[in-house]
Amino acid sequence: MSEQKIRKLLGGVESGKVTRRTFVDRMVGLGLTVPIASSLLLHAGLAQSQTASGYKPTKRGGGGALKLLWWQGATLLNPHFAVGTKDQEGSRIFYEPLGAWNNDGDLIPILAMEAPNRANGGVSADGKTITWKLKRNVTWHDGKPFTADDVVFTWEYCADPATSTLTHSIYKDVKVEKVDAYTVRILYSKAQPFWADPFVAAGGPILPKHLFDAYRGAKSREAPANLKPVGTGPYKFVDFKPGDMIRGDINLNYHEANRPFFDSIEMKGGGDAVSAARAVIQTGEYDYAWNLQVEDDILKRLEVNGKGKAVIVPGGNVEFFLMNMTDPAVEVDGERASIKTKHPILSDMAVREAFNLLIDRQGIQDNIYGRTAFATRNFLNNPAKLRSPNTKFEFDVAKASQVLEAAGWKMGADNIRAKDGKKLKFVFQTSINAPRQKTQAIIKQACQKAGIDLELKSVPASVFFSSDVANPDTYTKFYCDLEMFTTTMTQPDGEYFMNQFCSWQVANKDNKWQGRNISRWRNDEYDKAFRAAEVEMDPVKRAALFVRMNDLIVENRVVVPIVFRPRVQGVSLKLYAPVSGWDNDVWLLKDWFREA
Amino acid sequence: MSAYLLRRLLIAVPSLIGISMVLFTVLALAPGDPFAELVSNPNVPPEVRDNLRKSFGLDDPIPVRYVRWAVAMLQGDWGFSFISRINVDTLIWQRLPVTLVVIGTAQLLALMIALPVGVIAAARPYSVFDQVANTLAFVGFSLPTFFTGILLILVFSIQLDWLPFVYRADISETGWRWWWEHVRQSIMPVTVIGLFLAASMTRFVRSAVLDVIRLDYVTTARAKGLAERWVILKHVVRNAMIPVVTLVMLQLPAVFGGAIVTEQIFRVPGIGSLLITSILSNDTPVVMAVTFVFSCLVIVCNLVADLLYGWLDPRISFS
Repeated sequence: MSEQKIRKLLGGVESGKVTRRTFVDRMVGLGLTVPIASSLLLHAGLAQSQTASGYKPTKRGGGGALKLLWWQGATLLNPHFAVGTKDQEGSRIFYEPLGAWNNDGDLIPILAMEAPNRANGGVSADGKTITWKLKRNVTWHDGKPFTADDVVFTWEYCADPATSTLTHSIYKDVKVEKVDAYTVRILYSKAQPFWADPFVAAGGPILPKHLFDAYRGAKSREAPANLKPVGTGPYKFVDFKPGDMIRGDINLNYHEANRPFFDSIEMKGGGDAVSAARAVIQTGEYDYAWNLQVEDDILKRLEVNGKGKAVIVPGGNVEFFLMNMTDPAVEVDGERASIKTKHPILSDMAVREAFNLLIDRQGIQDNIYGRTAFATRNFLNNPAKLRSPNTKFEFDVAKASQVLEAAGWKMGADNIRAKDGKKLKFVFQTSINAPRQKTQAIIKQACQKAGIDLELKSVPASVFFSSDVANPDTYTKFYCDLEMFTTTMTQPDGEYFMNQFCSWQVANKDNKWQGRNISRWRNDEYDKAFRAAEVEMDPVKRAALFVRMNDLIVENRVVVPIVFRPRVQGVSLKLYAPVSGWDNDVWLLKDWFREA
Repeated sequence: MSAYLLRRLLIAVPSLIGISMVLFTVLALAPGDPFAELVSNPNVPPEVRDNLRKSFGLDDPIPVRYVRWAVAMLQGDWGFSFISRINVDTLIWQRLPVTLVVIGTAQLLALMIALPVGVIAAARPYSVFDQVANTLAFVGFSLPTFFTGILLILVFSIQLDWLPFVYRADISETGWRWWWEHVRQSIMPVTVIGLFLAASMTRFVRSAVLDVIRLDYVTTARAKGLAERWVILKHVVRNAMIPVVTLVMLQLPAVFGGAIVTEQIFRVPGIGSLLITSILSNDTPVVMAVTFVFSCLVIVCNLVADLLYGWLDPRISFS
């Protein structure tokens, strides 16, 4: 879809001919994420919908205890030191950001009066200044008022490299200034198309200045509040045992009326995903379980006559099949798969096209993942209900054979195709994980029928995903022909996600294989589109560029997206817990309640 | 006696130094980086990663790090967890009470079953009681704890809905309800570990008693006309206890170390689960502290076992 067409559609939304939802659906069909599509409306001055919360209780408290089960327990409670989502989730019980992402990718104000946008003057015309207006009735759990000073402090704390926060890069290139006690301004040095990263969602919780001020920089690890959080959230801190238990009590001064519902909260850690699913879905011993990486068959069995259900929350994570564009067999300047080489066989587009036809995505979804994955064509992914009907993928062994035949790959006596003495034999690696091995087997079988021989290799996950420079089996070294893994989308914006195919991101010896472009595919048009998108303030043009990038990698068959993997949560049948694929599980904990 | 004790303690020092050096070197050389997860995090620039490594002293050579660790340990500083960012001793103290209660109770349960059953079985070898006890013991130590644990959960939590299968160390109730909840949630993990230990211990007690019961002094005691009960308790069991004491003493460090598998199944927040999560996240200071304390306990328990021999068997002298 071209720029003009997007503009026309936006015009339709403006005049009321097209609904917001339809617009988002159409954009998503083009391979954009929901937040990007949604932010198009935002930039165009069309206010985002404020999803009406389904919160029903009419008084604060009285809900008893809320029991959450996290099979990996939080190990620390400072959101800016959170290593994984488990730590973010634990901290998020107590701390709140200015805004959070709901499941439609809309920015929901939490500690702010409203989400900034063009219409309310929160976003300046040049995209360099963002103004947040803060709520005035918010107090920290210790009774001190929450003001703009805390927001500015949070920026200073995170932007200081000596503090070594894990959210450093969100804050390092911005300037934050206090306008008055309840207004802050974020200043970017250049136009920032995706401005809603500082102070928003998982990386954005605000810290109390009065407790952390003395612990900046190298002293950050000594702050007592690292273990005893004092936030603004719906529950106050009671007790924390790293890896095991977090307990909290109701915050009677919470800044929203009638909230929260529960009198106390506990987040129990440890154990395994299957028994967590059992404790929530089957026996109801707990109300909520996080990240249930459990086979769908088991989930279905637990759900029969159970006290809970599995809730599938689509996000941006995609499992894909990647082809090596360089030659892993040749060593140049001390590294294999150097960009000075070309893969002798996979550089042939016909072979890559054949793989595209030989991966039975629907079959993989149906037979292996069930409800917990969705077959997809796009690399940039979205909730299933929003998937456009015009995205198609094919599984056709006969057609794959024809493509190979036409390109001169003739079937040999050993049932393996060959051309110029080169045989279609490949090594295909992935990490050890039952569904992945089953997927490998399905792909191998289809390839065999088309005359391609795959040697399957499975590497322990701790090695495969490690950054160990000495190990040849890491996924970033990619010292074989084909591999498969999931790439996670940690930000609700495509910029970081799509840099995985930029030529300057090539993983090689110089960057200790920490570059993000693992297939080592290089394309001038892609690079140009990416560079343009980085600075393109016009959201429509920027969206068109992301669409183009997605099309380039999919059409050039560098990757074959297989399924996208939603998050799966176990939720008690009586619990109301709004989910979001773009934020933490407890992003809207204040609105959780139990139906009578 | 005290000279012996002093000598043993002095011998223990070089062995502890040796153990700590080996542990430290192995952990330092082991693959894996506590900050590996940060590599894939878009928000963490390499300079922050380097900063973290530097502030935790990971970039220094191994001998320097070892000396720093040893000096700190001597001053009672157990180290600082990379992952939780708190002192390691705080982490361990948080986990210790639960570990001692659960595993300690299981050990007691095991002893309470194994001693009488083993002695009675040996007193009447090849009787029906002995046969049944033997069979059960074999079944007991053939079934791994991850199997019995899940079996108990299926029966008592899911089918009957009597017992909870998620162990919570902090229970908010007070008074007798607090006790009741604790007992209720401990039943399954204690039973699983207790029965497993009891099975092998029963076999051990039985063979130890059998070895002694045929000796001449026992025959003498019987010939004196002493009651059978008296013969067994006073004459047989006391001597038979020497190998049993060794076994129990060597198992005591395991009480501290926890039971990794069972803790994982029932979510018991013990030292075992701390150790396994620390290993998985490459949190070397915690792994080092736990394993080192563990090796200290092995040495101390060995010493205690040796001292107990002297008390049980006056023929053993320490001069």
